[in-house]
Amino acid sequence: MIDVGDVIARVHRAEWARVVAALARRFGDLDVAEEMAAEAFAAAVERWPVDGVPPNPGGWITTTAYRRAVDRLRREVRREEKHREALMLADTPEPLGAIDDDRLRLVFTCCHPALAMEARVALTLRMVGGLTVPEIARAFLVQVPALGQRITRAKMKIKAARIPYRVPDREDLPARVTGVLAVLYLIFNEGYLASDPEQESVRGDLTAEAIRLTRLVRDLMPADGEVVGLLALMLLTEARRTARVSASGELVTLGEQDRGAWDRELIAEGHALVRARLAARQAPGRYQILAAINAVHTDAPDIRDTDWSQVVALYDQLVRLDPSPIVRLNRAIAVAELDGPQVALAEVDGLPLEGYHAFHATRADLLRRMGRSEQARAAYDRAIGLAGNAAETLYLTRRRDQLTGP
Amino acid sequence: MAQYLISVLHDSTELATDEEMAAIDVFNERLQAQGHWVFAGGLASPESATVVDGRHGEPIFTDGPYLESKEYIVGFWIIEAADLDVALRLAADGSKHCNRRVELKPFLSE
Repeated sequence: MIDVGDVIARVHRAEWARVVAALARRFGDLDVAEEMAAEAFAAAVERWPVDGVPPNPGGWITTTAYRRAVDRLRREVRREEKHREALMLADTPEPLGAIDDDRLRLVFTCCHPALAMEARVALTLRMVGGLTVPEIARAFLVQVPALGQRITRAKMKIKAARIPYRVPDREDLPARVTGVLAVLYLIFNEGYLASDPEQESVRGDLTAEAIRLTRLVRDLMPADGEVVGLLALMLLTEARRTARVSASGELVTLGEQDRGAWDRELIAEGHALVRARLAARQAPGRYQILAAINAVHTDAPDIRDTDWSQVVALYDQLVRLDPSPIVRLNRAIAVAELDGPQVALAEVDGLPLEGYHAFHATRADLLRRMGRSEQARAAYDRAIGLAGNAAETLYLTRRRDQLTGP
Repeated sequence: MAQYLISVLHDSTELATDEEMAAIDVFNERLQAQGHWVFAGGLASPESATVVDGRHGEPIFTDGPYLESKEYIVGFWIIEAADLDVALRLAADGSKHCNRRVELKPFLSE
């Protein structure tokens, strides 16, 4: 006995982006595409339990959405002559074929740099991911009407400013791919490092959605090394997700994690992707380097087995690409393992990161290891004051309270 | 094709230097050669503005700009472009050539 609800959920995951993307190209309107795709799935919820699941569920959804869009445009045409042109085109759905390009068009339109970052995130989750407005609102702790308005405004700008529905020109492409990856990584990180103290510290729903979207983009652009790198980075990070927060809700650092609880399957897939990129012998971008760093970590059966010189060498490579203070801070954390906390502290002090909790947490840890308890305590206080993630606050507080001596 | 307004923003009333003017000329010629050109112009300082309200009987004239602001529109282009990606590239080029920030805005279509 098949559960029709499960089938619909599965078809939704597999087909939503394809349906929206095809309708958007056919009708030149994201609004129509989104609404009609949603209506088609609502019709499935009504019809399939009665009529049975059609032999080609995805095709049924596409055809239903397509017919409804045509009906709606017909109604509008009666009121507004200017839509007549849209109806001059054929009345049957176009054959599946160039559809993959449609989804890529959709991704690039939703992640367009002329839209605000939060609009890109919301639009991508709605249009490509198929999450509902209340689901996205809940994930980002925004009121539903505000989130809805954010999406509506973005769609209006796409229309009014003529943000194109196409894959960018070659000269724009590298920067635009970077922009897409930034959106995907932001979604992942919001799931992995929820920045709001009221939220669960790690949210698998968002990380899973980010991975699913990144897999889609990888399938659409398999030759792009950075897309593969980001997917590998996410998989190798996700593999440690459950080990990262203790039963009491406290952050567990890399060194203290139960490595047996890591997801071997995700690690194997991540390692395979990193190896494939190394074999490609192209200069890696930042996501590929970050993925390689995570591959080194997940390769070690114990924290003591970590090849720190390899980690530092990879960070050196990253600093050359991106000499930002945050990258240098992360490099210094690895340097502490290789050359000791004193050397690392010299590199950390002076970084312009006064307002960043991880800067103070790193200093606190280094000072603690050097036995400078009083300074460590002050640094923990600063870090706790700035940390937003509940698990991190718990961890920092315990560490501070365990300090002994001056 | 759609039309866009590229407004040139600046925080002082200083005119463009000779070098900036020469660069703007190069950019203008390219706009014309590539069929993007509609119109362009430089504007006099904000103090030269007059606000006019002709809605109620005798028109009322007020000396000076409507809004006091730190940045002014010191010039503009009106361009034709197929879509925002093309317009953004032209706006970025325009900004580089006139050495000022610009704001890109679509005209209402239809």
